[in-house]
Amino acid sequence: MTRRAFVEQIMGLPVSVHVRGPGADSPAAADAVAGAFAELRAMDAVFSLYRPDSQLSALNRGEPVHEPLVDEVLDLCERARQRTGGYFNAYLPEPGGGTRLDPSGLVKGWAVERAAGHLDGYEFYLNAGGDMTVSGSWRVGVEDPAQPDQLLTAVEVVDEAIATSGGAHRGAHIVNPHTGAPARGLRSVTVIGPALTWADVYATAAAAQGPQAVTWLATLPGYEALLVDDDGALLATPGWSLPA
Amino acid sequence: MRKVTMWFLATIAVVVLLFSYRTSTGPDSAPSAGTVGGSSTPADRGPAGPARSGSTTVADGPVVQTKRGRVQVQAHISGGRITDITPLTVPNSNGRDREINKNAVPKLRAAALAAQSAEIDAVSGATVTSEGYTESLQAALDAAEFKAKP
Repeated sequence: MTRRAFVEQIMGLPVSVHVRGPGADSPAAADAVAGAFAELRAMDAVFSLYRPDSQLSALNRGEPVHEPLVDEVLDLCERARQRTGGYFNAYLPEPGGGTRLDPSGLVKGWAVERAAGHLDGYEFYLNAGGDMTVSGSWRVGVEDPAQPDQLLTAVEVVDEAIATSGGAHRGAHIVNPHTGAPARGLRSVTVIGPALTWADVYATAAAAQGPQAVTWLATLPGYEALLVDDDGALLATPGWSLPA
Repeated sequence: MRKVTMWFLATIAVVVLLFSYRTSTGPDSAPSAGTVGGSSTPADRGPAGPARSGSTTVADGPVVQTKRGRVQVQAHISGGRITDITPLTVPNSNGRDREINKNAVPKLRAAALAAQSAEIDAVSGATVTSEGYTESLQAALDAAEFKAKP
C-alpha cells in the first residue's frame, strides 16, 4: 500500500503526518498535508508564548485582544478546568504573585484537531510530539518514559486520538495548579479517546494530580488511560485494551 | 500443539509472577522492557505456534500461586502469536488488592503482547521533543516512509 510521511517542526515540536492508501502519493495529498502544517503554523502565530507578536503574548501583557480563536480556546480552557477538578488550569500562579495565562496544554491538541480537518478523506495520522489524531486504523506504540527507545505496549488506534503527558522531559514540566508546585508521582499518562483536545487535557490533568488520578480517569466516558508511576509500575483504567 | 501452548502459558505465568511481585513490593525499580522481552523470548521463535492461519487456540494457563494469591490467565494464540490474554483468576483478598489488580491486569496483558516486537506505525510519548527527535522511534518510522518534497 502506498504510504508517505511528511515531517516539519512547528510549535517547537516535530510534527509527523503519515498518509496511506491509493491517493497517498498524489499531489492532492501533499497539498492537504501542506494545509495541515499551515493550520498549525497559523495557530502557533496566535497562541505561542514564545512569540511577542502573538495574541496570547498580548493578552499576557494586559493588552485588549479581539480574536474569536482566543475566545474559543479560553472557553475550552474553562470547560477543561471544570472537567478536571482544577487539575488543568490555563491560569498558572506566578512566583511573584498573580497569574500567567498558559493554555498550551490545550492548544496543541485543539490545533492538531483543526489541522487534521485538512486531511479529510485520507487515511492518516498527525503526530505532534507524541500526541496524535488518527484516521483509519494505525498501530501506535506507547513509549516507555524511562527508556524512550523502548515501548511499554502497542495499541490499535482507530479513528481516535492518543495523547501522552509527562513531567520528566525537558521544557514541559507539569505544574499542579492547586499548589503551583511541579507535579509528582507519575512519569507519564497516556489517554486514548475520540478527541485529541480532551485526551491531551485529561493526560495533562492526570499527570498534575498523580497516581490517584486513575480513579478519576476511569469515570470519563469514551476515554481510557495508561499511567506509569515514578517507580515504573503501570496503572490503567479498566477499559484499557490491547489489539488483537 | 498442546506442548507449544503450554510454552506460551509458562511464559505468561513468568510475566504474571513478575508483576505480582512488583505490585506487592511497590518501590522497587521497574523491570525494564528488556527484562520482560527476555522472559518472552521463546514466544518469538519463529514457527513455534499452532501456525494454522485463521485458527485461534484458546487455552487456560496453569494456576500460579503468587505472593498476593492465585493467578490464572487465558491466552488466545493465533498464527503462533499471542493475540489476547484474559485474566481468569486474580487475587482479590482486600480492597487494595482489588485496586491493584484492576490496574495490574491490563499491565500483564500489555507486557506479554509488547514482548512480541510488535510492528508499529507511530509512537505516543511525552519525550518526543525536537531535541530528541532524531534519536526517536518516531523519526525512524518517519524515515522509513519519507520522500523528499517534489
